[in-house]
Amino acid sequence: MEILEEGHGELIGWQDPDERREWIREHKSRDLKDKRTTIAQAVSAYAPDGALVAFGGFGHIRVSMAAVYEIIRQRKQHLVLAGKTAVHDADILIGSGCVDRIEVAYSFGHELRGLSPASRRAVETGQCKVVAELSNAAYQWRFLAAMMGLPFIPSRNMLGTDTLRYSSAKVVRDPFSGKPICLLPACYPDVVFIHVPRCDMYGNAQIDGTLIEDFELARAAKHLVLTTEEIIDEAEIRQQPWRTVIPFFVVDAVVEVRYGSHPCQMPYLYFFDEEHIGEWLRMSRSAEGTVEYFAKYVHGVRDFYEYLEKVGGLQVLEHLKKVEQLREPMTAPWLKKE
Amino acid sequence: MKPDYTPTELLATVAASLLEDGKSVFVGTGLPMIAAMLAQRTRAPNLVIIFEAGGVGPRVPVLPISVGDSRTFYRAAAASSMHDVMSLSQSGYIDYGFLGAAMIDPYGNINTTVIGEHDHPSARLPGSGGANDVSSFSWRTIIMMRQEKRRFLPKVDFITTPGYLNGPGAREKAGLSAGTGPFRVITQLGLYGFDDTTKKLKLLAVHPGITVEQIQEASGFEIPVAEQLETTKPPTAEERRLLHEIDPRGIAIGK
Repeated sequence: MEILEEGHGELIGWQDPDERREWIREHKSRDLKDKRTTIAQAVSAYAPDGALVAFGGFGHIRVSMAAVYEIIRQRKQHLVLAGKTAVHDADILIGSGCVDRIEVAYSFGHELRGLSPASRRAVETGQCKVVAELSNAAYQWRFLAAMMGLPFIPSRNMLGTDTLRYSSAKVVRDPFSGKPICLLPACYPDVVFIHVPRCDMYGNAQIDGTLIEDFELARAAKHLVLTTEEIIDEAEIRQQPWRTVIPFFVVDAVVEVRYGSHPCQMPYLYFFDEEHIGEWLRMSRSAEGTVEYFAKYVHGVRDFYEYLEKVGGLQVLEHLKKVEQLREPMTAPWLKKE
Repeated sequence: MKPDYTPTELLATVAASLLEDGKSVFVGTGLPMIAAMLAQRTRAPNLVIIFEAGGVGPRVPVLPISVGDSRTFYRAAAASSMHDVMSLSQSGYIDYGFLGAAMIDPYGNINTTVIGEHDHPSARLPGSGGANDVSSFSWRTIIMMRQEKRRFLPKVDFITTPGYLNGPGAREKAGLSAGTGPFRVITQLGLYGFDDTTKKLKLLAVHPGITVEQIQEASGFEIPVAEQLETTKPPTAEERRLLHEIDPRGIAIGK
């Protein structure tokens, strides 16, 4: 195949498909076993320093914040992040210094809330390096290639742009149509954390609302840790098997942590905690404020439940539930600037 | 006389007026969301709104904060996945792509990645997100942005999202789908299209009270003017009411 152009971004997370098959044969148990554990143990077991990490969800939606905070608590170092519309997770992890390399589809901006002071500062001062660029669909299809056990997948995006030039993709002449086509390399993250509304103790998981790219990401992961709002009985899963988005044998650990996505949104359960996101955006304007945030909300608390108390406890969480159900209006400090 | 509407309200109503009933639109974050919602509540009740995280054909109740927010699949035809909506886009189901932009050049190429050198940026921006995909896959791309001299540039520092690249035929030569590309650019000053022969930005209409001189002053390059320059319609009272109903907190539309 004629190579027409090569992106010079760093190729991260790629593996030869045969090596990958061997690895799965050896390391991914097909045995139905109880995988319940704590977030502290799961992070310690599956997220070593230097690992390529990806989070399920999107921006500030259904992100496993319990895992994000635990990574910071354990002071992990030199992690590489899949910036697949990684926004709040990326900003916090880069701000904490745990992540110093990132491949970016969309990061550094909190959508309507404005840009991310902490992670932009880290990139602009060279403390965090952007190793490659790509688009959202491109990242999503890198995981699709991985879950299909393929070395790459063709696509018709990024062509002609600097996004391609700074990616790890290549452009070839398609042997069928004769037209140039982009080849996206597979991406296998070392560890993926996905927050779900419910799963059983073996890891059979359901997701309410859009799947975003978690169907593919779960299957592309080397290790997959599920955090879940609740653990339900296996019988309940088997009663409606069509609702299982992630089957147990791709899952390594299951951690029950209610409100585990706070301050992000959990569709149908709770809305974004804009007050808390606003507090982070305000504090992270300075390096000192960033350190203070982590001292207060991560290192200054024992675990995620103590953090939930600190951000306002049940009163706040009940309010977020009502906002999500359109029963109460949202409030946000960033709205008051007008 | 000071108009009774804001520039942002005008931007939203002009953008909404470009969308047709019974067509599909892939919507990016911010003002595009509010414009698509306004179109759905007025001239295009059967507009199929698509969001990148998997929201398909929702009846969006209030302005979502994110394109992945649960409001993007409220009473939707489907809540699917990014793979699904991006595949539908790549295979030709999307009539309009609707994007915001930080900086643009005469060919409609957009930069939302960096200002300055990529590896040592003077300012880091969010990156492509779904924008490169939307502009690569949609039949017609509409761009909404603030117009200033530092945003309308002869050349952007980084082509994040493809416009007509470097001229006629360049998209097809690069391998992008034939017949796609930027269709309109809407700013607080005017409405632009792209010249059929040069594929460069062309002024089609000015907003009420705006002069061609003001347009040129707020651009880093010379913009040709259409032979029949039109003036856009100001928002009606009903459109303004709807905009504030859609965005009661004034998140995108202002207070």
